Formats: sequence, C-alpha cells, structure tokens
Amino acid sequence: MTENLASGTRPETRFAVPGRIAVSNRAAAVWQTATLTEIRRETPHAATFRFATPAWAGHLPGQHLMLRLTAGDGYTAQRHYSIASAPDDAGHIELTLDHVDGGEVSGWFHTVARPGDEVEVRGPLSGFFAWPGDRPALLIGAGSGVVPLMSMVRHRRARGLDVPLRLLVSARGPQELIYAREYGAETTPVFTRSAPEGAPVGRLDAGHVAPLFADGPAGGWEAYVCGSNAFAEHASRLLVEAGQPVDRIRIERYG
Amino acid sequence: MNVTRGFTGRPRVVNAGLPPGQYDAGDDWPVLSAEVTPDLAPADWTFRVDGLVEAPRTWDWDEAHALPGSAYEGDIHCVTSWSKFGVRFGGVSLDAFFDVVRPRPSATHVLAYSHTGYTTNLPLADLTGGRAWIAWEYGGKPLAAEHGGPARLLVPHLYFWKSAKWIAGLRLLDQDEPGFWEQNGYHARGNPWQEQRYSGD
Ligand SMILES: Cc1cc2nc3c(=O)[nH]c(=O)nc-3n(C[C@H](O)[C@H](O)[C@H](O)COP(=O)(O)OP(=O)(O)OC[C@H]3O[C@@H](n4cnc5c(N)ncnc54)[C@H](O)[C@@H]3O)c2cc1C
Repeated sequence: MTENLASGTRPETRFAVPGRIAVSNRAAAVWQTATLTEIRRETPHAATFRFATPAWAGHLPGQHLMLRLTAGDGYTAQRHYSIASAPDDAGHIELTLDHVDGGEVSGWFHTVARPGDEVEVRGPLSGFFAWPGDRPALLIGAGSGVVPLMSMVRHRRARGLDVPLRLLVSARGPQELIYAREYGAETTPVFTRSAPEGAPVGRLDAGHVAPLFADGPAGGWEAYVCGSNAFAEHASRLLVEAGQPVDRIRIERYG
Repeated sequence: MNVTRGFTGRPRVVNAGLPPGQYDAGDDWPVLSAEVTPDLAPADWTFRVDGLVEAPRTWDWDEAHALPGSAYEGDIHCVTSWSKFGVRFGGVSLDAFFDVVRPRPSATHVLAYSHTGYTTNLPLADLTGGRAWIAWEYGGKPLAAEHGGPARLLVPHLYFWKSAKWIAGLRLLDQDEPGFWEQNGYHARGNPWQEQRYSGD
C-alpha cells in the first residue's frame, strides 16, 4: 500500500469518507440552547429526551452532537450524544441516554432533568458515520449504540425510501431493547441474556450476519456499527469474515 | 454563563494538568477509531517519510527499531474530553527519521497517513524538537492493535486524533491539507490547552 502512495501529491483516504456529505463546520463551532420539552422512558435504564432547538441547522442520520452542562461555579461537563431523531423533525432533536452508574451527565438527565430545562449543544458533528439514505445500509448496534442507527431507520421511513436497510440490534433482554415498539420487518433483535418465549439467547454471531450477505443488494452494503468498543470489535470482525470490505464499514465507538 | 438547573457536577479536585473541558479517565483508555482494527503484523509494518524532503525513505520494523530509542512519559488528551495522566510510550523520536530524510526548507506541513487509509494533518513544527514519536510500546509492552499497534504516531501535546494509529507514513507539504477528521469539521491544529476541538474554535 505504501507503494501506491509514493506517487501523487497526497495519500488517498482508502476507506470511504463520504465526499457526498456536506458538514457545516460553522454550526459545529457554535453553542446553542436546547430546551427540554419531553422525556420518554424507553427501558428501565434508558430514556429519550426531546429538545426544542430553534437554531439547529439540521443533521444527517447517524451524526452526533456535543452537549454541555454548566454548574453554578462555572464548571462544565461535555459529552457526545448521537442524534436519535430523523432530520425532518424541524426545530426539534431527540437524544436517548443510558443511565450510566455514577455518570455525571447521564445522571443529571435521569434524576434531575424535567421539561423546561435548558442545556447547550453544538453540532451536528462527524459526517463520517452518517447515512444520507442513498445506498443500501446494514446497521449493527448494541445497547445505546442503536441510537444513531434508529435515526437512519426513521429517516428511511419518513422519506418512504425503498433503498434496502437492515438492522441487527443486540440487547441483554427484551426489557433492555431500546425502541422495541418501533421496529419493523427491517430489524432482527439479538438477545444475549434472556429472550422472549421461543427466541434464542446468545450473542451476535456469523449465523445472524450470513443471511444478510446471502441475500444482499447487488452492489453490496454500506455497513454501520455502533456500540461499546468490545461490541464494535466483535461486530466489525464478523462483517469482515462475511466478506464486507473494510473500507465500507463505518464504526462509532462509545469509548 | 448558562447555568444548568440542578447540575453541580462531581466533587472536583483542582488539577493543573487537566486542559479545559477535559476529565481524568483514570485507568480507562477508551478506543475511538472509525475504521476496522487492522490485523497488521510487525513484519508487514512499514513507515515512509517523503514529499518535500531531500532523501525520501521507507523503514521496515527492524530498520526503525535500529534507530536510537526514545520514550515519552506524560499525559494524553482526547477531543472526546478524556485525559490520561502519566502514560509511558516507547519508540523513536521523529527527529531521528527527519535527520535521515532531511526536510526541505519549503516544507511547512505534514499529512500523516495510516495503513488503514486514515489521514491527519499537522504543522511540521509540531513534529520536531523532541515532541513527536513513532511509538510501539505502551507501559513497557507492545502497543495493542486497538490502540494503534504495531506502531502509531504520538504527538501528545495535541488532541489524540492527531496521533494516527497504524501509522504508515508522513508526507511533507508546503501547505496545510485537511485530513480525515479535519474534513469532517475538526480543528486543523487541535491544541487541547486552547480547546481547539472543531473548525472555527
Ligand atoms: C460519538 C459518541 C456518541 C455517543 N452517543 C451516546 C448516546 O446516544 N447515548 C448514550 O447513552 N451515550 C452515548 N455516548 C456516551 C456518552 O458520551 C457518555 O460517555 C455517557 O453518557 C456517560 O457520561 P456520564 O457523564 O453520564 O458518565 P461519566 O461521568 O463520564 O462516567 C462514565 C464512567 O466513568 C466513571 N467516571 C468518570 N469520571 C469519573 C470521575 N471523575 N470520578 C468518578 N468516576 C468517574 C463513572 O463512574 C462511570 O462509570 C456517546 C459517546 C460517543 C463518543
């Protein structure tokens, strides 16, 4: 590979940076106020927070933002959160947060926040993990890693797109499955600890991935993987073993 | 200042080593890369320095290890707001590579690229003077693949996305050309002490 790079003025980025996606750098630099309008419980550990964001410039499904909370003494805490809502939702965005044990920011959201509260956000950020709805998408997520993928699913529905899209979502059990009531035929849930009657228990494996390739779209998939680092490593390896080209796998790791 | 109702934050210890907006990740070392972790054996690793230099050259693993060793002990800072204190990396100072290839006076910037195709841009001045390394050891052990092993760029005074994992080469240029995250809205330089996170900061 170093050989190909020896000529030309700049090395080519081998994995696909979607040049087709325009990210507004200006929007990313500016903090704006987001007003909490609604809280919806998803699972015992996760809830969706809906905000009014009149100055929001819009986003692409899969993008995230930076959120900032400020204490009375000026101390601030900033965290990244994926945007759960589809882009069409003018003037509003939704985030879905896991309640992390001892978590500073998610703890505030889950125990203190109520409609009317104001926080600050900047974004959208990272056009890399974004899906404009143009190419067949194979989405794999675990836990709150399903959040940016849900934005893609919702976008496809809202626009009535017929481009193929499949979602594999891993959760410990049915109780922990975020957005459970919203999934349709595009989604296969994988339960790792407990499953509904008749459904298997076990982690995501080659058997879940193989059918999506046996019966995949002609030009192949764009794959999007999101979750903890351990999950991202596991899922991306399964994809490579199933024949997915590495430069068509985008990964968002929640650290 | 937009105070968040009911938010006090954690009890805080004043820590002069923590840049603004950062928190101490303690023993954690989060992994943040957008691509699949490559299976790259030391025997397959190469490192090239070319562009505006007198004598472009590629080193393989053994050749790079034959250069004088050098270590970094200190802190690292990730733009996603964690910092890690007192880490120890082993490798070779980039100065040792530059001594061999001899940058031309016209070289002002560098585009670093990885064996995965990742790119990031830096001013040349940020890579010279004992402030940047090719690192292959962490805490006395071989650098783990998910952290960029067998070898990564290490530029600890800038946000860590500049420290390209699985480093394959540096191209010296006479202008700044944005890399992967920089094309995606991140800052061209990324100084954590000035909170240069996103373009426009
Ligand atoms: C691109 C991206 C998108 C993301 N999207 C989402 C999303 O959609 N939904 C979601 O739920 N999460 C998401 N995350 C994760 C999110 O950014 C936060 O990491 C998460 O909400 C935890 O933040 P927190 O402040 O609640 O926890 P933190 O306070 O950061 O704590 C996390 C862990 O570290 C420990 N810890 C850290 N600092 C200290 C300290 N000083 N003292 C004691 N303990 C400490 C805590 O006990 C806890 O176990 C995303 C992350 C990234 C990078």
